[in-house]
Amino acid sequence: MVRLFGPLVGLFFAVALIWSFGNGAYSAISEPAAPTAEHEFHLHPKDVKFASDGALGKFDKQQLQRGFQVYKEVCAACHSMKHIAFRDLANLGYSEAEVKAIAKSWGTKQPTFDEKSGERAERDNIPSDYIPTVYYAGQGVPPDLSLITKARHDGGAYVYSLLTGYQEQPAELLKKFPDSKTPDGLYYNPYFANLNLAMPAPIASDDQVTYSDGTKATVDQMAKDVSAFLIWSAEPSLDKRKQTGWAVLGFLLAATVLAYLAKKNVWADKKGA
Amino acid sequence: MAEQASIDTSAGTGSTPAEEGVRRRDFINIAAVSFAGVGGLAVLVPLVSQMAPSADVLAQSSTEIDISAIQTGQAIKAVFRKQPVFIRNLTADEIASADKVDASTLRDPQTLEERTKAGKANWLITMGVCTHLGCVPLGAGEGEVKGEFGGYFCPCHGSHYDTAGRVRKGPAPLNLQVPEYSFISDTVVKIG
Amino acid sequence: MSFAWAKEYKPASGLTQWLDEKLPLPRFVYNAVGAGYPVPRNLNYMWNFGVLAGFCLMLQIVTGVILAMHYAPNALVAFDSTEHIMRDVNWGWMLRYAHANGASAFFVVVYLHIFRGFFYSSYKAPREMIWLLGVVIFLLMMATAFMGYVLPWGQMSFWGAKVITGLFGAIPLVGEPLQVWLLGGFAPDNAALNRFFSLHFLLPFVIAGVIILHIWALHIPGSSNPTGVEVKAESDTVPFHPYYTAKDGFGLGIFLLIYCGILFFAPNALGHPDNYIPANPLSTPAHIVPEWYFWPFYAILRAFTYDFLFIPAKLMGVLAMFGAILVWFFLPWLDTSPVRSGHYRPLFRKFFWFGLIPTMAVLFYCGGAPAEEPYVMLSQLASLYYFAHFLIILPLVSSIEKPEPLPFSITESILGKDESAVLNATPAAA
Repeated sequence: MVRLFGPLVGLFFAVALIWSFGNGAYSAISEPAAPTAEHEFHLHPKDVKFASDGALGKFDKQQLQRGFQVYKEVCAACHSMKHIAFRDLANLGYSEAEVKAIAKSWGTKQPTFDEKSGERAERDNIPSDYIPTVYYAGQGVPPDLSLITKARHDGGAYVYSLLTGYQEQPAELLKKFPDSKTPDGLYYNPYFANLNLAMPAPIASDDQVTYSDGTKATVDQMAKDVSAFLIWSAEPSLDKRKQTGWAVLGFLLAATVLAYLAKKNVWADKKGA
Repeated sequence: MAEQASIDTSAGTGSTPAEEGVRRRDFINIAAVSFAGVGGLAVLVPLVSQMAPSADVLAQSSTEIDISAIQTGQAIKAVFRKQPVFIRNLTADEIASADKVDASTLRDPQTLEERTKAGKANWLITMGVCTHLGCVPLGAGEGEVKGEFGGYFCPCHGSHYDTAGRVRKGPAPLNLQVPEYSFISDTVVKIG
Repeated sequence: MSFAWAKEYKPASGLTQWLDEKLPLPRFVYNAVGAGYPVPRNLNYMWNFGVLAGFCLMLQIVTGVILAMHYAPNALVAFDSTEHIMRDVNWGWMLRYAHANGASAFFVVVYLHIFRGFFYSSYKAPREMIWLLGVVIFLLMMATAFMGYVLPWGQMSFWGAKVITGLFGAIPLVGEPLQVWLLGGFAPDNAALNRFFSLHFLLPFVIAGVIILHIWALHIPGSSNPTGVEVKAESDTVPFHPYYTAKDGFGLGIFLLIYCGILFFAPNALGHPDNYIPANPLSTPAHIVPEWYFWPFYAILRAFTYDFLFIPAKLMGVLAMFGAILVWFFLPWLDTSPVRSGHYRPLFRKFFWFGLIPTMAVLFYCGGAPAEEPYVMLSQLASLYYFAHFLIILPLVSSIEKPEPLPFSITESILGKDESAVLNATPAAA
C-alpha cells in the first residue's frame, strides 16, 4: 500500500511544485520585480568598534556616563527608557548619593494618584523608580530605547550610524526614483530601513552637551557614547555574562579533557570505539 | 561509576609497573567523575539563588516617610517592604502610662526609651505585624479598637499591646518589632 | 531484555536488596542504561545524540520551571516580566538565555539524531516502533518550541502566533472557526498567551513520557549500529555502563562547550532582534521568520505560490508542510532495501549525500530568507527533490540497487576475519 500510494503522493506534490515554479518563473521573466529606492540606497551600518565588543570586551564606565548624559540631555525629551531604574545607574559608577540626586532632579516626574481625593499629582523620582515614561505629542512614535540595541540588527553600530547618517537626499536617487522624494516633515537617512524617518538629526553640532570629564563633545563622540550607553541599557549584565562565561568554559574544558581520558581508559581493552 | 571498568580490565595483573598504570587510570576516572559532581553542584548556585529577592525587590528595602502631618495622638500606617509599619505620635499621657510600667515584669521586657530614639520619645515606630502569627493589629487608624492597654489590639487571636507597642496580654510572644530607622530631618524618617 | 548474556543486577548491600524486593528501580535503571544493557561495540559518535537529546530535555524542563516562577503570562506584562527576569532576578539572564538557546541546542541534537537515523536506516525492521515514536517526539517538540517562542510576547512572538494559527485557517470549511477556537479570539491576545503558556508547560512532560516509550521500544531489539548487521554473539556487544556512559560523558563535555560558548558569548545570535520589540498588533515586522529550526518546513510552506487544480496555494503549502514530516512515518515501508547501513548502499549513498543533504541545506537557507526571488524558486526546486527523495527515489533505489558485501558480524567489522573467528570460538574471551 505504502509502496503504491507513496510515489503517487510524491508525484502530486512534485507536479504542484513544478506548476508553482513554472508560473513563478514566467512572471519573473514577463514582469520582473521593479527595483525600489529602499533596496538600492539603504546602507548597512558603519563599521564601528565599542569597548564592549567581542568575547573579551568590557564596558567603559566613563564612556557610559557620558552616554547617559547625552541620553538625559538630548534623547530623554522624546524617548523613554522604561526598563531602566535609577538604581541601575549605580552600575555606571555613580555613587548612591549621585543616583539619588539624578533621580530627584529628573525632568519627568512620577505621576501619583490619591485614591481618597481622586487627585492626580507628581512627585520626585527616587532610586527604586523606573525612568518615567515620556509621552510625545509630535509626529511619529519615538520607540522606548531600553532595548533598542538588541531590537535592531548590529545594535550599537546601527544607532551610531543612524545618529551620524543624516544627509541630503542624493540627486541620483531622485533622478532614478522621482516619486521617492523625502516627504515634508521627514528626514533622509540611508541607515534607516525605509530611508525617511520622522526624527530630525538629534545630535546636530559639536558641544551640544558639556562633558564633565573633559572629553571633547564632537558629534561623532556623542553618537558613539550614547550608542555605548544604549548597549549597556539593553543588557546591563553583559560584563557579568562574559566573566561567568570564561569561568564556565575553563571548567568545562578541563572536565572534557578528563572525560576524554577516562573514556580512553574504559575502552583500553576494546579495539574500535 | 566509571572506575569499575578499569578495575575489571586490570584484574589479575600483579606486577608493579602495571599497578602504577592502574592507579593513574583510576585517578583519572575518579577525577572525571568528581569534576562532573563539582559542575553539578556549581549549577545549583544560580538555581537556588534565583529564588532570593530580586534586585527590584531589594531596591524597595528602605522607605522615606514624611511625618510632618501626624498630629499628637495620631498614627499612620505606612508601607515598608510590602508590610505595614505604624508611626505614632504619642501624647504625654500615653508616654506616662508606658513609663509607669515596670519593664521587668513584662513578657518581653523593654522600656519605651529603648524602643524610641533619644529626644524623640513621642515617635513610636513599629512594624504593624503581630508577633504571634503576622496579622495586622488594630489601633493605628482613626476610631479603631486600641485594646485594653490603649495601644494596639490584634483581632486574630486577641493580643493586646500597650502605648509602647509592648505585648501585655494574649498569645503574642514579643513586642511589636521596631524596624531599623533614623530621622533624616525633623519631619522625614527613613525606615530600613 | 534484549540479549541472553545481559548482566543481571545483583544488589550489593542489604539496603539495595531490600529496595530491589519492594521497588526494583535500581534494577530497572541498571537494565536500561547500566551494565545490564548490552550495546553493539562499534557505535560511532553519531550514536551520542540520543543521550544528549535526553539531557537537553532535562535542561529545558529545569530552566523552564524556574523561568515560570518569574514569568507572568498576561499580554500586558509578559514582555516586561521577561525583561524583569533578564535584569532583576538573580542569574535570571543566564537562566533565560540557557532556556532560549537550550531550545536551539535540543533541535541541533535531535536533527543530528534524525540524520543518523536516515543514513543508517535506523527506522527499518525490527525498529519501526522506535522510529515512529521518535517522529511523534519531534512533532511534540515543534509544538512546544512554537508555543514557547510566543511567551516573551515580542513582535516575532505575536506575528508567529498569528501566522502559524493562520495555517489552520487554510483548512476548507472548518479552517476559520478552528483558528478562532485555537486563539480564543480573533487575533492572539491574553487567551492565546495563557493557553500557550499552560501547554508549553505541559508538553515537555508528555515528551518525557514518549521518550520512555521510545527507549522501551529500543530495548526490545537493542541498539542499531554502523554496519547494520545485527548482533550475533556476546563478543559483538559491550555493556552500556561503563563503556557508553564514559563515551557519552565525553560527548556531553563537547556539547556543553559549544552550548555554553553560545550561551555566554553570542546568546542572541540564534534569535531575531524583532522579538525585543514588544508585540504590536498594528504593525507587522518587515520579514516574519520563525526560529531557525523551523526554516526547512517554512520554506516548503512558502514554496507553493500558485493554486494547483482546485486547491488554493495556501492549503497546498500547509498540506506539504505537514506532509513533509508525516512522510517520515512511512519511511520504514518506503525504503525496502534489506541492507540498513548507508555504508554498504552505493546508490542510496549518492542520493543521500548529493541529493538529500544539499536539499536540506537549501531549504534551511531559503526558509530564513525573505520571500523574494531567487529564494522562492530555489525552495520550490528543493521541496520538489525533498518529496521525490522520500516518496519516489527511496522505493526505486531499494529495488534496483546492488548492495556491497556486508561483514559477517560486528566483531569481524572491527577486528577482521581471523581475530573475530578466534573470539567467536571462545565466547568467554570478551
